[in-house]
Amino acid sequence: MRTHSRWTPWIYLAPALVLLGGLLLYPVYQLGLISFLEYTQAQVSGGRPTSFQGFGNYAALFRDGQFREVLLTTVLFAAACVLATLATGCALAVLLTRVRALPRLALMTAALGAWATPAVTGSTVWLFLFDPDFGPVDKLLTRLGMSGFDGYSWTYDRYSAFALVLLEVVWCSFPFVMVTVYAGIRAVPAEVLEAAALDGASQWRIWRAVTAPMLRPILVVVTLQSVIWDFKVFTQIYVMTNGGGIAGQNLTLNVYAYQKAFASSQYSLGSAIGVVMLLILLAVTLAYLRLLRSQGEEI
Amino acid sequence: MTPSGRPSGVVALLTAAALATAAALTGCAPSTSTGAAGGDERTGLLRVWLFREVDNGPKAAVVGKAVAAFAREHRGARVDVTYIPVETRAQRIKAAFNDPRSAPDVIEYGNTDTAGYVRDGGLADVTADFAAWPEARDTDPAARRSVTVDGKVYGAPLFVGVRALYYRTDVFRELGLRPPRTQAELAETARRIHRERPDLYGLAVGGSYTYGALPFLWANGGALAEKKGRKYTAAVDSEAAKRGITAYTGLFGEHNCPPAKCAQLGGNATVEAFASGRAAMAIGGDFSHRAVENGKAAGRYAVVPLPGAEEGSIAPAFAGGNNIGVLKSSSHRTLAVELMRTLTGKRTQSELFDAMGFLPTYTDVRREAARRQPYVEPFVRTLSAGAAFVPVTPAWAAIDAGQVLPVMFQEIVSGRRSVDAAASAAAKKMNSAFRAAG
Repeated sequence: MRTHSRWTPWIYLAPALVLLGGLLLYPVYQLGLISFLEYTQAQVSGGRPTSFQGFGNYAALFRDGQFREVLLTTVLFAAACVLATLATGCALAVLLTRVRALPRLALMTAALGAWATPAVTGSTVWLFLFDPDFGPVDKLLTRLGMSGFDGYSWTYDRYSAFALVLLEVVWCSFPFVMVTVYAGIRAVPAEVLEAAALDGASQWRIWRAVTAPMLRPILVVVTLQSVIWDFKVFTQIYVMTNGGGIAGQNLTLNVYAYQKAFASSQYSLGSAIGVVMLLILLAVTLAYLRLLRSQGEEI
Repeated sequence: MTPSGRPSGVVALLTAAALATAAALTGCAPSTSTGAAGGDERTGLLRVWLFREVDNGPKAAVVGKAVAAFAREHRGARVDVTYIPVETRAQRIKAAFNDPRSAPDVIEYGNTDTAGYVRDGGLADVTADFAAWPEARDTDPAARRSVTVDGKVYGAPLFVGVRALYYRTDVFRELGLRPPRTQAELAETARRIHRERPDLYGLAVGGSYTYGALPFLWANGGALAEKKGRKYTAAVDSEAAKRGITAYTGLFGEHNCPPAKCAQLGGNATVEAFASGRAAMAIGGDFSHRAVENGKAAGRYAVVPLPGAEEGSIAPAFAGGNNIGVLKSSSHRTLAVELMRTLTGKRTQSELFDAMGFLPTYTDVRREAARRQPYVEPFVRTLSAGAAFVPVTPAWAAIDAGQVLPVMFQEIVSGRRSVDAAASAAAKKMNSAFRAAG
C-alpha cells in the first residue's frame, strides 16, 4: 500500500495544481516565449511575420545603459521601501500591544483606511499634500520656521521625489505588516514573556531574544511580500512623478517596462524586462529561504 | 508556509510542473491575427468608433444627423456609432486590429498615430477614393500630410487643432505692454511681467509640453528629423534646431517660470495655470478655448499667433487633430469609404465647428468659420501661415512614448545637461527608434 499512500496527496492536490498551472505557469511560459521573439503590434495584428530572436531582446536590454541604471535604482529603492515598511509596521505592531483599547482602535482604523485606499487615490492625495503652491505640508514647515520650504517642489529633486514616493509606499503597505505582526505577537504565549520579564530582561532584549524568534515565520512572509510588492512599484511612481520624474530621474523597472515596451507596443522587449524581474525576485526569494535554512530554521 | 514544507521540495515540484506544462504547450506560439482581407458587401451593418469628448452631446447630435442622411442615401445599410473613451483608445484600436471579427469598419484616430496604424496593418489605403473626391481638393496641406504615409492616403482629416499665444489683456494694459511680435520680444515681455508681478508666470511653459516647444524649434529653421529616401534621420541636434531649443528652454528660470515648478508641467497644466490666473501668457490650442473661458481669466484675455524669429512672422505650429479612416478588415469597403466622406465632408465639419469648436480641415470652410466665430481667427491665421507635423513614421509612437523630447527639455532646464549634450542624446535615441522601425 506504499504507492497508494504516496500518490494520495497528489490526487488531492491535482485540482489546485491544474488551476495554478493554467493561471500561473501558462502566462509565465508565454512571457518567456515572447521575450525570445520579435513581437510588436505589427506581429500581433498580422502585418508582419513573427521571428525568433534568440537572446536578442535581452542583449538589447543589457546594452541599454538606462536599463542598467534603472535596474540598480529599483533595487536600492525597493530595499529602502522594504526596510522602512518593516520598521514602521513592526514598531506600530508593538505599540498596538501596549496601548489601551481606544487608541488601539484609532490606530487600527487609520491603518486599515490607508490599506483600503487605492494606490492612485493615495498617490494623488499625497501629491496634493506636498504641492508647492497649495500643499499644507510646505505651508506648515514654513510656519514652523523652515523658510526654505516656502513653495518647495518635492518632485523636482531626484532624492526628495524618491523620498516622497517612499513615504507613500510605506503609508499604504505598513498596515499589512502591522496587522500580521500584531496577530503574531498576540499568539506568543504570555507566560514566556512574563518569564523573560521576571528574569530581568529589558524590553528590547525581550523583543530580540523572545518575540522576534517566535515571530520569525511571520516576519519571513511579510518580508518576502514587501520585497515583491516594492520591487514592482508602479502606480506611485507613475502618478506622483508624472511617469518617471524630470528627465526620467525617478524611473523604476516597472514604469520603464511600461514606457519602453507597452506604450510603444514593443511587447517582446517588455516581456524580456518582465522575465528579468521574475528571475531577480525568484533569486531573492530562494536566497532568502536558503539563508534561513542554513541558520537551522524551518519555516 | 506549513512547518513541514521543505523549500527545495517545493521548488523542485514547481520546476517539474513548469517543465511539464511547457512541454505540453510547446508549439503554442503567441497569437497573431490572420488579418483577413475585407469584402465589399453593399448592405448590412457598418460599425463606427468615434472618440468620446468631455461634452459629447453636441458631437453626437451632428454625427447622428450625418449618419441619418447617409442611411437615407444608402438603402439597406445600417450604421452603429460607438463613442470610445479617449484614454483607452490605444488598447481598443489595437484590439480591433487583432480581432477583425469584432472590429469596426470606420474609426476616428489621432493624426500622430497614422503611421503606426498603417505599419500595424490596420488602415485601408484610400488614395484613389480620396483623389476622386471633389471636396478633398480644399483640404489644407498640413492636414493632408497627416493622413499620408509614403505617398498613400489612409483616411480623411476630421479636424485640425493648433496652438497660439493666449495673453492677459488687463495685465498687458496695466504694464503698458503690447503683444510680442518676435520670439525675443516674447521672452523680454515674459521677464518684464514676472519682474513686476512676481506672483505671475510671465509665460507659462512646461518641460513636458512638446507641442508648445516645437514651434520655437521650427521658427528657428530647425526640424525634428530629415527624410532621405524612405529613411528618417534625427535633426534635433542641428544648429538651427538647437537655436530653437535654446529659445524655449531660456524661458525657464527664476526670471519667468522657475524650473522647480515648470520643468514637469505638460500642456494642460500650463493652460490651467493661465486659466486660473497664475500666468500672464500661455501657449494654448483652439481646443483650450472653453477651459480658459471657464477660468478666472475669462473676459480678460486675447489670442494672437505665436510670433516667429523675425518681426511679423508666425512660428509654425504643430498641426494636431483627428482623422477618420477605414479599417482594412472591413467587409463593406465601398460603404465605409462613403461613410468616411459623409463624416468628414464640408457640411459635417462646418456643423462640428459650430457644435464643438473643432477647426475644419478645408481652407474655405475654415475661413467661413472664422467669420462666424472671431475667436478662432488667430488660430486660422496660424494655420494659413503654414503648420508643421511630426515625422510620419511608426517610430514616432516609440519616440513619443519614450518621452525623448520631454527628457531633453527637462535635462536642459534642470541644468543636468547642456543644450548640445541633451540634443545629441535625444538625436541618438530618435535615430535608434528610426532604425528599429525600419
